[in-house]
Amino acid sequence: MTTYYTKDHEWVRIDGDTAVIGISEHAQEQLGDVVFVELPPVGKEVSQGDQAAVVESVKAASEVYAPVSGEVIEGNSAIEENPALVNEEAEGKGWFFKLRLRDPSELAGLMDRAAYEAYLETLG
Amino acid sequence: MPLQTMPRVERDNRESFVSRHIGPREDEIGAMLAAIGVGSLDELIERTVPAAIRSTRPLDLPPARTEAEALAALRAIASRNRVCTSLIGMGYYGTHTPAVILRNVLENPGWYTAYTPYQAEVSQGRLEALLNYQQMVADLTGMELANASLLDEATAAAEAMTMAHRITKSKASAFFVDERCHPQTIAVVRTRAHYLGIPIQVGDPLADLDGKTVFGALFQYPASDGAIRDLRPAIEAVRQANGIVAVAADLLALTLLTPPGELGADIVLGSAQRFGVPMGYGGPHAAFFATRDAYKRSMPGRIIGVSVDSRGKPALRMALQTREQHIRREKATSNICTAQVLLAVIAGFYAVYHGPEGLTRIARRVHGLTCLLASGLKALGVEVETEAFFDTLTVRVPERAHELLIVARDAGINLRHVDADRLGISLDETTDHEVVRRVLAVFDVEHAKRLDLASLDDTTTIPEVFRRGSPFLTHPVFHRYRSETEMLRYLRKLQGKDIALDRAMIPLGSCTMKLNATAEMIPITWPEFAHLHPFAPPEQAAGYQALFHDLEAWLKEITGFDAVSLQPNAGSQGEYAGLLAIRAWHDSRGDRARDVCLIPSSAHGTNPASAVMAGMRVVVVGCDANGNIDLADLEAKAEQHKERLAALMVTYPSTHGVFEEGIKDICAIVHGRGGQVYMDGANLNALVGLARPAEIGADVCHMNLHKTFCIPHGGGGPGMGPIGVKAHLAPFLPNHPVVTGVNPYDREHSVGAVSAAPWGSAAILPISWTYIAMMGGPGLTRATQVAILNANYVARRLAPHYPVVYTGRNGMVAHECIIDIRGIKEATGITAEDIAKRLVDYGFHAPTMSWPVPETMMIEPTESESLAELDRFCEAMIAIREEIRAIEQGRADRVDNVLKHAPHTAELLMGEWHRPYAKEQAFFPVPAIREDKYWPPVGRVDNAYGDRHLVCSCPPIETYQQAAE
Repeated sequence: MTTYYTKDHEWVRIDGDTAVIGISEHAQEQLGDVVFVELPPVGKEVSQGDQAAVVESVKAASEVYAPVSGEVIEGNSAIEENPALVNEEAEGKGWFFKLRLRDPSELAGLMDRAAYEAYLETLG
Repeated sequence: MPLQTMPRVERDNRESFVSRHIGPREDEIGAMLAAIGVGSLDELIERTVPAAIRSTRPLDLPPARTEAEALAALRAIASRNRVCTSLIGMGYYGTHTPAVILRNVLENPGWYTAYTPYQAEVSQGRLEALLNYQQMVADLTGMELANASLLDEATAAAEAMTMAHRITKSKASAFFVDERCHPQTIAVVRTRAHYLGIPIQVGDPLADLDGKTVFGALFQYPASDGAIRDLRPAIEAVRQANGIVAVAADLLALTLLTPPGELGADIVLGSAQRFGVPMGYGGPHAAFFATRDAYKRSMPGRIIGVSVDSRGKPALRMALQTREQHIRREKATSNICTAQVLLAVIAGFYAVYHGPEGLTRIARRVHGLTCLLASGLKALGVEVETEAFFDTLTVRVPERAHELLIVARDAGINLRHVDADRLGISLDETTDHEVVRRVLAVFDVEHAKRLDLASLDDTTTIPEVFRRGSPFLTHPVFHRYRSETEMLRYLRKLQGKDIALDRAMIPLGSCTMKLNATAEMIPITWPEFAHLHPFAPPEQAAGYQALFHDLEAWLKEITGFDAVSLQPNAGSQGEYAGLLAIRAWHDSRGDRARDVCLIPSSAHGTNPASAVMAGMRVVVVGCDANGNIDLADLEAKAEQHKERLAALMVTYPSTHGVFEEGIKDICAIVHGRGGQVYMDGANLNALVGLARPAEIGADVCHMNLHKTFCIPHGGGGPGMGPIGVKAHLAPFLPNHPVVTGVNPYDREHSVGAVSAAPWGSAAILPISWTYIAMMGGPGLTRATQVAILNANYVARRLAPHYPVVYTGRNGMVAHECIIDIRGIKEATGITAEDIAKRLVDYGFHAPTMSWPVPETMMIEPTESESLAELDRFCEAMIAIREEIRAIEQGRADRVDNVLKHAPHTAELLMGEWHRPYAKEQAFFPVPAIREDKYWPPVGRVDNAYGDRHLVCSCPPIETYQQAAE
């Protein structure tokens, strides 16, 4: 399973035709204590780059964009009940939603872990 | 020396208010100038303010008056207002402000000089007062939660429409407005809907409403004409079609009527004015706004919530701030910033003092007298149209309405002129049998004399099905403070928890927390100013008109504009009204496509939020490393959008506290592409007497009278945001649907009403009038110079300890300065927030935190702070820097230290002390605190906990008991 990253600090992990999506460790650090998430409804079709979810901390609110296109097949109810999970394990149990991947070629435009880390360096 | 031989010059040497308003003494100013390295105030200004923008024309204002002279002059103006018995209703009612609340809250600087409670630990008193208010609103409306106030009922209705638009599941495009809403409500909703492209249907909810055609609807309950209608079918029709139902209601009526929440409303709003807040010729008053829990994230305005502090004990703070403009910017739920905290606090205390029984008693009395009046009128043969009512009657007097209106006026009574055949009569808390008798006499003086009131039927007309069955105000806070002694001490207890200007300097950057002089405040509760109905006939308000005339003329002279509108009742409203005028001007020239608004990334969040409300598209312009607008980026974006460019919004001096050299070029770039320049006047305190926005190149500018012109912040409102415009925009200034002559420049082109009241919050305008009258042109100019001096003095003293982020020419700042905490955070983990909370232990309110640059503090001392207070603040900041140095040098732990644990509550003195630093350092870090110590009532408030577990009502009393154990 490979994890890809976007410049907007989402990550997407591919497992067969399922894409699991969340926000990066760096993003949760920047946000601080996450207090609320709003997830897309199951069955919704999203295209790459669409606003798919919302994440709010005490001091910031941010959109979560779909890194790839597909149909929403599951939202992580655990983070709706306990948003702190996003801070505790942003790239694990704190995932946001799952998509049925529509076009694997979209992954080509995303960064792998090393490229993302290099990108973070450029942000200073 | 005998008196008669005293030289004339000494006899003319009157006490000057200017030296009372300005903090530093003459000799101190010399020392401060020396510390900065300049020779005089004039030289300071020459080195700070770009020559290109400095005005060559000094302020031409009346000579400065003493406090006594100004008050005497204002007395004469006030005496031209005539206080009559106003039974006009339409959302404004007579009320008795309980004397204990009048003196100890409305007239008390401990309450009125506080700021918005961003620093929760030093604001627990007014946060509790606001929580009481929210609980009261939620209870009376039958809703799950309420916010901490909006500006007025009409803007609350407009907010309800836009909120309905956000949350509705209906696909319909129109919004329905009950034709029996107050006319000013309908007008403001129409204004708001226009540039948002929302079609408005005005009609009878029970005849004209097709639920499928609207995404939401607004009804009034009871109706503006007094009728209590069965709105359930209309509510059902809208909800069946997945639309959102908003109901404008009357709080006093709701003590007797089934609350809208129980009728199925999604949003309930209205005015809390009649809960102890004087009519004040239109305001300020608090509007209330309540909704269902499911919609809380879409609610506009501030919400107070319960959280816990570092000890795990209950503590209050503002909740869900991510909805608001300062975070969400163009995606915010509203542009509202300043609300009406002081007035909400008063309304909440009114409910605390009266309790549910007291409020019900008042409501029953008002209703009983109205029933009596209705019977009396019928006995006189007058046709009463309203069958079921609470306090308002509409009577039919074919073709006699005008004549009877005059008869009433001659008898000292104002009635509502509905049309040629009908009059409206609204009774209130101040009405008694004598007033009822006088009203009856208007209709038939002889017959009325013979009428035996005691024999008339006063049976309630409220239908059984609409009589309230559910209890309200059951929380103990509404039952404990019924004696005046108890109430007095409760008010004192809450006041004691807060830091307001009566205790210490509040160095909030961008907020201008200057002196709110007592002489400026005294007139606002004079009956001639406090007890006028906004729709009273103009001849009864001649004093107010004279006051407006003076103030408009003076503000025009100060800003250089050709016309002023006093209607916007907050800075955000001024922005909105100014942008509407710009759009309407473009439209009038056939330039209908111009909807792009350029806004620098450093702008206050209200700017983009206001632009969106005016139906504009926000295009962000970048800033350079010095915090100035990036001229190349501005030019590129102006060029790119030149066909659609409507306006640029720019703050001057900049939000970074610097006089940008390029401001005239900036204006020229925008004008060259057909755009208009909107100047945000938040920092006007750095310009008065030195430069005029209109001369710099602005077409519109709002003036925060609650910053620059001494209206106190009231703990988060009231404010006033009048706008000045150049002549070409004057025809587009706001007007009013009920009162004519509000926009004297034009009748055709006005953008409509933006506030419920014709002249906004008229009752607080005497504050700014008195300030300008007592300062005069030279005094105002000197105030600006000293504001700049004080800021540069603070910057100079702190610079060796904290880097100053931005400076302008010659290394100078404007009227505020930003210090950098980023390096400290990098090295020690100490944040701006830690420093802010540590300042509490030193007895200070923190500067503005992390705005406009993250991990910085913005300090605005204002001209009113003395050298002693500036030094006390700087010494506290320097002492804190030394505490940070201990962490840097490894002498203190990075986590377990005096900053991370700040603020320190008195409770920590009990039991054993386990901290790695001494008690003395925690509580008394500098000697001066030993004789006057502020004790924070709570430890550091946990914001995340409160937002994760949202509670916006008064917590059960056991919570506090458990916490204390």
